[in-house]
Amino acid sequence: MPLFVPVSFPPSERDQKADIISTVEFNYSGELLATGDKGGRVVIFQREQESKNRPSSRGEYNVYSTFQSHEPEFDYLKSLEIEEKINKIRWLPQQNAAHFLLSANDKTIKLWKISERDKRAEGYNLKDEDGRLRDPFRITTLRVSLSHLFQWHFELQVQPVKVPVLMPMDLMVEASPRRIFANAHTYHINSISVNSDYETYLSADDLRINLWHLEITDRSFSILYAISDVPLPILLKHVLPYIVDIKPANMEELTEVITAAECHPHQCNVFVYSSSKGTIRLCDMRAAALCDRHSKFFEEPEDPSSRSFFSEIISSISDVKFSHSGRYMMTRDYLSVKVWDLNMENRPVETYQVHEYLRSKLCSLYENDCIFDKFECCWNGSDSAIMTGSYNNFFRMFDRNTRRDITLEASRENSKPRAMLKPRKVCTGGKRKKDEISVDSLDFNKKILHTAWHPKENVIAVAATNNLYIFQDKLN
Amino acid sequence: MKISFPGFRTRSCGTLLLTECSAGVRNVGCSFSCSGCVSACTLVSFSTVLGCHPCFRLNMFSKGTKRKFSDGDEELSDESLVGARVASSYSLQRQSLLDMSLIKLQLCHMLVEPNLCRSVLIANTVRQIQEEMTHDGSWHMVTEAFCGTGQSPSERLVATEVLCRSREQDAEPKLFSVISYEGCREEEVVADETLCSVSVSETVSNVCLAGRIGQCWEKSELSDVERDEEALEDSRLGSGEDEEIDTEDGASTEGPKTIGQVFGTFEIKNGSPGPDSALEELFSDVDTSYYDLDTMLTGMQSAPKMGPYDLLDSLAPSHSSPSIVSPPNCRSDLNELDHIMEIIVGS
Repeated sequence: MPLFVPVSFPPSERDQKADIISTVEFNYSGELLATGDKGGRVVIFQREQESKNRPSSRGEYNVYSTFQSHEPEFDYLKSLEIEEKINKIRWLPQQNAAHFLLSANDKTIKLWKISERDKRAEGYNLKDEDGRLRDPFRITTLRVSLSHLFQWHFELQVQPVKVPVLMPMDLMVEASPRRIFANAHTYHINSISVNSDYETYLSADDLRINLWHLEITDRSFSILYAISDVPLPILLKHVLPYIVDIKPANMEELTEVITAAECHPHQCNVFVYSSSKGTIRLCDMRAAALCDRHSKFFEEPEDPSSRSFFSEIISSISDVKFSHSGRYMMTRDYLSVKVWDLNMENRPVETYQVHEYLRSKLCSLYENDCIFDKFECCWNGSDSAIMTGSYNNFFRMFDRNTRRDITLEASRENSKPRAMLKPRKVCTGGKRKKDEISVDSLDFNKKILHTAWHPKENVIAVAATNNLYIFQDKLN
Repeated sequence: MKISFPGFRTRSCGTLLLTECSAGVRNVGCSFSCSGCVSACTLVSFSTVLGCHPCFRLNMFSKGTKRKFSDGDEELSDESLVGARVASSYSLQRQSLLDMSLIKLQLCHMLVEPNLCRSVLIANTVRQIQEEMTHDGSWHMVTEAFCGTGQSPSERLVATEVLCRSREQDAEPKLFSVISYEGCREEEVVADETLCSVSVSETVSNVCLAGRIGQCWEKSELSDVERDEEALEDSRLGSGEDEEIDTEDGASTEGPKTIGQVFGTFEIKNGSPGPDSALEELFSDVDTSYYDLDTMLTGMQSAPKMGPYDLLDSLAPSHSSPSIVSPPNCRSDLNELDHIMEIIVGS
């Protein structure tokens, strides 16, 4: 288990409601870290390159770009406000100097291009020295005169043409929206996931999943492969607008919703989606244009001894993530994290209890709505460890090989810069030892829902309400 | 035998807080202090939400319990005493959970756009509780526990009383027996002491379903017309309400709205064969034209789209009607699709 130290602290405690961080995501190289907040803003951090001059700034993340991604909207037809809160950010793999990411609020997804400018052109001779635009005809003039019959005189007056020169300037990072994918979701978007072909991506709301092509914004797609194995993608919007649609004909029959979805990291036709009943369905887009029949169905049988009225609620899956290898997937429900082997549908291969001590508090947590909190989870780069958040600004890490786990806290008071994070422990009963916290003292307003792990190194980002904490492995 | 019900604890006296978590937790109900000791706490603060004085109610309940057990224990064995107390405690807690869930579903009406997942989970919990209550016949136990003391119905637990009970009760317990809107009005919760003046019936199933469960998550699809209708109902009901409400939103007008939506416009249902059909009967007044609205809205996305596959558009049979299709339609479309594919591939 790596030992983590804080690298970056939030500059100051911010209490604005709009500053609540709602999503955190590293890009493919780990150089950039994007966060979205409740106010519709995206803040991107960039890792400082390690340099000999400043060894102490080894790997710090500093603000690289900030922009307003979504604005609040009002749906006049339904008389409802559409929140600008960013639900998810997903990076695209870098193909040129610019970076691209998808950001989604409840209803709209936007593709943003983030590009750098560190030079500007100077010396355009379109203006006089005093700034007036020059008459373009004076720049180069070709006068033709007919002085004699059959004789043409040419007078060429050419002003010296100056070629503009690129001068260095302060680095400017610009974000511009390149695509806007709108009007495709009646319900709230909970997930977006980029496909491994890097051309398509899916977006999921409570009842439907859309497949998009990154270049085409006015429609979403189904993919139908021809009868033979030669893929002949026909993009048909009108017949089958969604690749998954679980909306019942009669809404009163609705008992289950989609909670998360993700594309397989390597097989571009495979994706999974999880439900509020604790089930996961793996779908193959080659099988049908409408993936209403899953290829695989993952569900763990319920333990009858622990059944209560809250069993279904706590089994609702809040996040699903494939491992980097593509062999496993991880699901987060209210009290635990489960690792599934894609080849075994009847039970998970590993189960980790995140905060089992809350099981006796479920009624209170139901009453204050905390039981509906949607925690996310993430893998480390090598798939040997997983991380998820909890209450009281605690977050938990589990080492899959050694089966050891650790609880850490993301708070300014309890961690000093460069000092190793101290493991925390919750006292579940009996005598409380020193440094332990009793369950009743936990602050349920301080919840860590969003965490991210660097794809290659032991660097983690933890969002604690308004503040982003970045921790790094001390041994690095 | 001890039934553990997660999350409930008893407090000896003093300020009664709804949750046992740290002080940072938001309480839906309010905290209040009781003059005497209380021996059992359940989610009584929801009575506050519903406009009653729970403190008084709770004292009566606890004193009554004590009286009962102290007076009558020479006749009852210890085991059955404990069993009866535990069983009735479980039922009360279950009832309180049911009430809490119904209130949550009501509150989701007030939100800008309700979280569909949360609404579905709460509704499923409500269904689960009600199914268990039917199978248990548990109302028998509850009435037995109280009947012996000679307590008047008005002194019963607030949670059960706020939900109007049907006057015309049948012999067998009914899951969704509700009374009509007009009849309910006289029994609505007013002021402090007297709640619904109900008669104790032998078999009770006084669950007044918040029938708008289905509508809760249709809210995003409701047009303004529907909401105006509801507002009209609420304003009619809301006159005599004592509003001691301390909900999350802090809006004092939510009390009457809550009651209004709990009662709704239901008719008495008799002889319902089972929970599901009763559920559907209750929702039968739902205007299904909104489903069409939804399909229309989503279909609207596809209508103006023109693309390189217009030929296929014209060939596809269901193109004219925007389609959020049920599976049978999909399959026939897929057959058409196969046919089209064959044409294209030129086989």
